[in-house]
Amino acid sequence: MQRRQFLVLSAASIGGVLVYSLDRRAIRLSAQENKSVRIPLRFFSQAEALIAAAAASRIFPSDDSGPGAREAGVVIYIDRQLAGPWGRDLRRYTQGPFDEDVPPELGYQGKANPQEIYRRALKDLKGFDKLSPVEQDAKLTQIEDSLFFELLHRNTIEGMFCDPLHGGNVDMVGWQLIGFPGPRMSNYDDIDKHFGDAFRPKPINLRQSTGSEPLPIEDEK
Amino acid sequence: MKTLPHVDVVIVGGGWSGLLMAKELGSRTALKVVVLERGGPRKTEDYASGMDELDYAVRMRMMQDLSQETVTLRHSVKDRAVPLRQHGSFLPGSGTGGAGEHWNGVVPRFQPDLFELRSQMLAKYGADRLPQDHAMRDWGITYRELEPYYTRADLLLGSSGKAGNIRGKQMDGGNVFEGSRSAEYPNPPLKIPYFSALFNDAAKSLGYHPYPSPAATLSRAYVNPDGVARGACSFCGFCERFGCMIGAKAQPTNTLLPVIQKHKNISIRTGAWVRRVVPDSSQKDGRARGVSYIDSTGEEIFQPADLVLLCSWTMSNTKLLLLSGIGQPYDPVTGKGTLGSNLTHQILWPGVTAFFEKPLNRFMGSGSAGVVISDLDADVFDHINLPFLRGGTLSAMSFGHRPIANFGGVPRSIQSYWGSEWKRAAISYYDRTGRIGFAGEHLPYKTNCMDLDATYKDRFGDPLLRLTLDWQDNERRMAEFAVAKGTELAHAMGATEVHASPPLRTYDATQYQSTHVQGGAIMGSSPEYSVVNNYLQHWQMPNLFVVGASSFPQNASANPTLTVLAVAYRAADAIIDRYLKNPAPLA
Repeated sequence: MQRRQFLVLSAASIGGVLVYSLDRRAIRLSAQENKSVRIPLRFFSQAEALIAAAAASRIFPSDDSGPGAREAGVVIYIDRQLAGPWGRDLRRYTQGPFDEDVPPELGYQGKANPQEIYRRALKDLKGFDKLSPVEQDAKLTQIEDSLFFELLHRNTIEGMFCDPLHGGNVDMVGWQLIGFPGPRMSNYDDIDKHFGDAFRPKPINLRQSTGSEPLPIEDEK
Repeated sequence: MKTLPHVDVVIVGGGWSGLLMAKELGSRTALKVVVLERGGPRKTEDYASGMDELDYAVRMRMMQDLSQETVTLRHSVKDRAVPLRQHGSFLPGSGTGGAGEHWNGVVPRFQPDLFELRSQMLAKYGADRLPQDHAMRDWGITYRELEPYYTRADLLLGSSGKAGNIRGKQMDGGNVFEGSRSAEYPNPPLKIPYFSALFNDAAKSLGYHPYPSPAATLSRAYVNPDGVARGACSFCGFCERFGCMIGAKAQPTNTLLPVIQKHKNISIRTGAWVRRVVPDSSQKDGRARGVSYIDSTGEEIFQPADLVLLCSWTMSNTKLLLLSGIGQPYDPVTGKGTLGSNLTHQILWPGVTAFFEKPLNRFMGSGSAGVVISDLDADVFDHINLPFLRGGTLSAMSFGHRPIANFGGVPRSIQSYWGSEWKRAAISYYDRTGRIGFAGEHLPYKTNCMDLDATYKDRFGDPLLRLTLDWQDNERRMAEFAVAKGTELAHAMGATEVHASPPLRTYDATQYQSTHVQGGAIMGSSPEYSVVNNYLQHWQMPNLFVVGASSFPQNASANPTLTVLAVAYRAADAIIDRYLKNPAPLA
């Protein structure tokens, strides 16, 4: 059996944010502290996680327009999705024969599941996390048309804007970036007001909004 | 196979039509009614913590599990069909309530002429002007005959809207092109959000007749004729692909289930996967003896019944009839047979994306809140110089923008779709974009149909249903026309930039369109071209009824659920008032 892998992040490298441990308890790191945190990984090896994190950071960079994939914990989100039913294709039709020589309008016809697509692509991207941002962008541009890139792009946006209970959008940084207030129980008094003005209630997550502890699909047994 | 005790009525499928039939038959008679639903149980409380975009809208918690069963698709009989391996252009539901749990609740009626499409189009335009290979049909029933049932469906749901035509009198502010209604909507329209209000003003300025979308989501607290009470919508913005946490959106579980649960003669068995309608081979006239299914433990069960009602989704109704060998399968090459013909899918892909200067606060909304125009619908406008027939609606709905689905759109000046430049623009425009959507009629063609696939199997080894489906020039030209009109509207709304959707080419199963797939077991006035009569009774098997949008010979521009309920009500009345006294053909 494979040894449990951890993603070791230094506080400085992630810019000082909340990260989530395996049991979904949040650990807050401050950039000033000279500390690191070990996050248990469910699917990735540490080397894979570092490459995936670096690639997601080029898709949704941390820059002067605000925090990005790094601060939102996108790689942790992706790791959990890959380990869960989605990564293993548990709800996709996977009976053969696999006939991939058909128009793209009929959708993905391949046999490989997201776990396999990621694993293969990350192997090809060995050393990616050590490249400079310019070199990284050039490398990603080369693979822009690949199924892996499409998945990574989609998963990065999901990890930026999902409810934090899935491991991404840590501290609701993604929602704050775009002014999305999260799952508010009622907008009844505001729906026909604020015409032309930005109405930006303070974001709340699903737990805060409902007072419940929903179990995400990826954590279901 | 285990044989269970006999029941009076067995209903296959626990969605809108199945539970409506169960409620009507079980509450108005003492018949013993059993509903077989292959998904799990659902109730309003399940949705209390369901406002999770990732789980529900992206991972599709409420949809059918495609690892168990899907359908195959090919564009024409010349092509090879392959399975639709992941959800795409339509989203069939599963579990009690079916797709009626995760819908948006948009409840227009169909245009009156749709029910007599073939004869009206022939009379007005002549055979030469109709598209080659069309399979338009009359339904064997008129809007006028269906109107009382539409009214009952509106009362059941508590539809919120503004009438445009009451007993022939046109009413300002409603849809002035609609068929005559016997009464105003049970509830006033939902509030109009900003983006939709901009569309309303723009449409008026261009001479159109905008009206608030009719909604099965309540604008105020309401008690329906069955005594079922529901509260008003809070505009949380989590409707489509979600169950309503407060029960404001009418769903089978909050509208029909409360009545069903009061009646001991009705029971719902979940986890029951029906595989066959079992015919009685000993009788010449052809009757169903019951249905066979696999229960949640994997045991094969035979449920005998006097009356069998197939009330599952369009594709499942058709597949069950094909697997059971009931009726003559349609052959697109010879044109012979009826079962599986008239496959249509509402055109809901064309539209325009508009970019604005001001923020729109689009996180607030409701699945059926918005403004619509019907000036370009059906045959209400002049087609003399147009290269297509029929039409559709344009609308600015305010469903509630959720971020995973809606982040990323940027003006054309931004070439990239990842990286810093894209990110900055996408953040800036996130709450300043809106979509004007087109919903168009899809005519039936001799080439679009369903049959059984020869290669791919479901979890029990039964063949998958195979769809043969593609767009024709009539839809392509209609879409092009609609997108041009949508572009004008967006500019009139003050949009700084407008992106038109790409032209319709081949049918694309990867982009969500709507779950309004129809046909396969169509109704009509003759068994020569239809599978069921206009009471939804099977022509060859009088104790078998096939209820749902599988019975619609053509696709309206309007969403189908209200019409599904109306024709089901009519079938239920006919069964109770006539069939039970004399179990014979009703037409």
